[in-house]
Parts: sequence; structure tokens; C-alpha cells
Amino acid sequence: MFPPQFDYYRATSVEEALDLLAEHADAETELLAGGHSLIPTMKSGLASPDVLVDLGGIESLRGIERGDGVTTIGAMTPYVDVATDEGLLADAPVFAEAAQAVGDIQVRNRGTVGGNLSHADPASDLPGAALAADVTLVLQGPDGERTVPVDDFFLGMFTTDVGEDELVTRVEVPHQPMGATGTYLKKPSPSSGYAMVGAAVALETDDGTIAGARVAANGAFDHARRLEAVEDALEGEPLDPEAAAAAGDHATDGVEDWELMSDLQASGEFRANLLRVYTGRAIAAAVERAA
Amino acid sequence: MSDHDITLTVNGNEHEVTVESRRLLVHVLRDQLGYTGTNIGCESSLCGACTVHLDGEAVKSCTVFAVQADGAEIETVEGLADDDGTFHPIQAAFQQEHGLQCGYCTPGMMMTATAFLRDSPDPSREEIRHALEGNLCRCTGYQNIVNAIETAAGELRTAADGGEETAADGRAATDGGVPRDRLTDAAGEP
Repeated sequence: MFPPQFDYYRATSVEEALDLLAEHADAETELLAGGHSLIPTMKSGLASPDVLVDLGGIESLRGIERGDGVTTIGAMTPYVDVATDEGLLADAPVFAEAAQAVGDIQVRNRGTVGGNLSHADPASDLPGAALAADVTLVLQGPDGERTVPVDDFFLGMFTTDVGEDELVTRVEVPHQPMGATGTYLKKPSPSSGYAMVGAAVALETDDGTIAGARVAANGAFDHARRLEAVEDALEGEPLDPEAAAAAGDHATDGVEDWELMSDLQASGEFRANLLRVYTGRAIAAAVERAA
Repeated sequence: MSDHDITLTVNGNEHEVTVESRRLLVHVLRDQLGYTGTNIGCESSLCGACTVHLDGEAVKSCTVFAVQADGAEIETVEGLADDDGTFHPIQAAFQQEHGLQCGYCTPGMMMTATAFLRDSPDPSREEIRHALEGNLCRCTGYQNIVNAIETAAGELRTAADGGEETAADGRAATDGGVPRDRLTDAAGEP
């Protein structure tokens, strides 16, 4: 399985990558991060870019930096580094656990955080967790840098707010406050391992009750999205796993049938059921840890 | 820029080679450089038969363009044994524990396992199974593969402790000495 012919350029700085994007703006040009979505897509003939700009040589895009109240992850940081980062596991467990859930060890060694979020595969694990963790994406383009809150980032299937002439340089993950908790749980496809549904939960607690909740789903819709009815149902609830899990029943409140993904793996109806069940289970697991 | 002169260091040997942009690392290793121990299975980053180490990390070489690996250190299954043919402990353990039947997945299994055991020298059976998530076997069954990796882990730990059952450089002694106790725990498999 050879992908079709293309031109390859390896950038060594963000500026060089942006210049290459501008230079090849008339051709079909793709950014190559870890390649674990793009290369299979090219091999299967679903994408045939004329030009690839490889970001793999840009050292400044790699690494995890722990700051005051926020951890910054370089866009080219592989999943494995996030999945094993003690600080993130403690302060943003939903995001680190979603990184653990991606693919297998070989995939986690190559695939990147920035590549994942930019690709915005509806069934991938990180987008839902990014929503629950309330991350901020930092983008760079010809006019400089801009930040995008994750709530404004995912626009549709494989579609984000990143412009043709821009790239994601880093992801800022806020630390949860004391007593907060979270987790990511998915029902993987038995064949591909991608999420048939994934539920991402981040909870803030106050004196034995749930003071705030961010809950999001991937795999169920054309892009990852918040489950606001679940969040509303959780607020003010006691830290009791069983009682809190009942909020999962609201996961499909206000969802029209056509909004649910339906494919060979699962009908929309089945996915809706999975989503309610897995959201409830994820909430229970998170509360269990906090209690 | 559709042809590139790249340098790959494979099992310590430096190679300069010209590759098309679209050429996958596994094809360069096999067809241009002759490292045919690395197998091609699904070619869609699912089966793990093509697993090699790229700068020390296990990766699926069917999902890396060779040009991306320019300047990298690569280790393939051919690099496991000593120059005199003495098996690496993982190879000795796969032989001892019948960790292969047709053998097609074995190079990938062993490359995943060696990287895993470097990072997790004393894994549980559950952890070994989790580590093999990206390597499919379709004939041996995973039971003996997990046994082999568990055995190799013990051998490597003994070697690291300066034990006598293995040579000082971490290679397995040729006369075996592999513990057989896991043959009794088949019923309790997770």
C-alpha cells in the first residue's frame, strides 16, 4: 500500500512551517505531525495531498511544562508523554487518562496531542477530554499567535477553528482545584479500538457536593461535544457515586436522532444507550475517587 | 522534493539511502536495506508485525515515512542477538516457552516486548497483556507469548542484578535455565 507521490518538507521552526504553508498555498498541503491518522488516510486513498510539511523536526513544539495552575503541552508531544505525566495525572486526570486510552503503545509513541486535536476525529479520545478539561489551544499563523478556548475549537467532523495558514503550537491544560476529580471512560470498537462512545468527566467538589461539572462525549456525534444537561444535573448533587451516576441518563437529553453517529459498529439508538451508560459509569468512577 | 537522501542507523550500522517521500520505513528496511526480519502484516498500523525501535521507542514502521526517520537510530529484530548468534533473553524465552507457531508476528512481538521490559522490568501478566495491545497474533495464541515475556523479564532482571544465569552483558546463557512455573497457572489467566 503505497500512498500516492507527494513532496515532503521538514520544517525546523514554526516560522519555517508557516512559510512552507504559505509557499504551497495553491497546492493541497497538509501538516504532518505524528502521522497516525494522516498516513493511514493517505494509504487508503482518502487523502492525497501534493505537499506534506513535517513538524517532526521542530523541537520547540515538544514537551510538557508545568506552570502555576496550568500545564502547557507542546503540540508535537506524543500521547505517551501525557499518559505518563504524574503532574497531569494528578491535576487534569481526564486529559491524561484519555491519552492513555488512545490506540496502543506504538501509536502512543508516535501520535501527538496537537495532531489529534487538529484532526478532530469524532471517535478519537482526546477531543472529549479536552472539552472536559477546559483546555485552551494556542495557534500560530502569519499574523501571529491567537488563543482559542476548546469550547470554540471543534466545529464539525474533522473540522476545527484552525485556519489553512495556521497551526496549533501548544495546548494549555488548567489544573483542577483541590478536591476536584475526573476520569475518561470509553467503549472501544472491538476491531479498531476507537471509541464507539467515550465519556470525559471533570468535577469540582465542595464540602461533600459536586460544585461544578464539565462532561463531554466523543464517538457519539460528528464531533466531540459537551453534555450540558448532564452537567446541570450534577451540580449540587452529593458525592455519592450511585446517585451521581444517574445524571448519565441525561446524556441524550435534547439530542435529535439524526445527531447520533450510526454505522456498521452501532446504530444511533444503541450509541445513545451506550452514551448514557458510559457517562453514568464515568461519573461514578470520578465520584468514587473524590469521596 | 519527492526524492531524499537520508541516513538511517540500523542496529548500529549507518546506511545512506535515497528514498521517495512516500516510501514507508518498513519498505526501506526490507527492500532497500535487506532487513527482512521486520514483517509487513496489515499495513494499516493495527497488527504490529512491523514494529521496530525508532530512537529507542517501539513504533509501527508501516506508519512512518522513511524520510521522517532521517538521522534516526533504528533497531530491528536482527539487532537482538549477539554477533555470535547468542540469543537475546527475549528470543531465548520465546523459544523456550513456545511463544511462536508460524512466527510471523514474532519480530514485532519481541520488539514491543524489549521496549516494554526496558521501561517496566517487573510487569504483571495483566501489564504484559496491555503492552501487547498493538500486536496481533493469529495462531500461537497469547498465552505462551505472555509466558515468554514474563520469563524474559525474569532473565533480564537477573542479568541486571549481576546474576549467574546470564552473561554479564545481559544475553541469555545458551543452556537455557528458563523457569517453567507458569505452565501451572493457565487456569488463572486474566
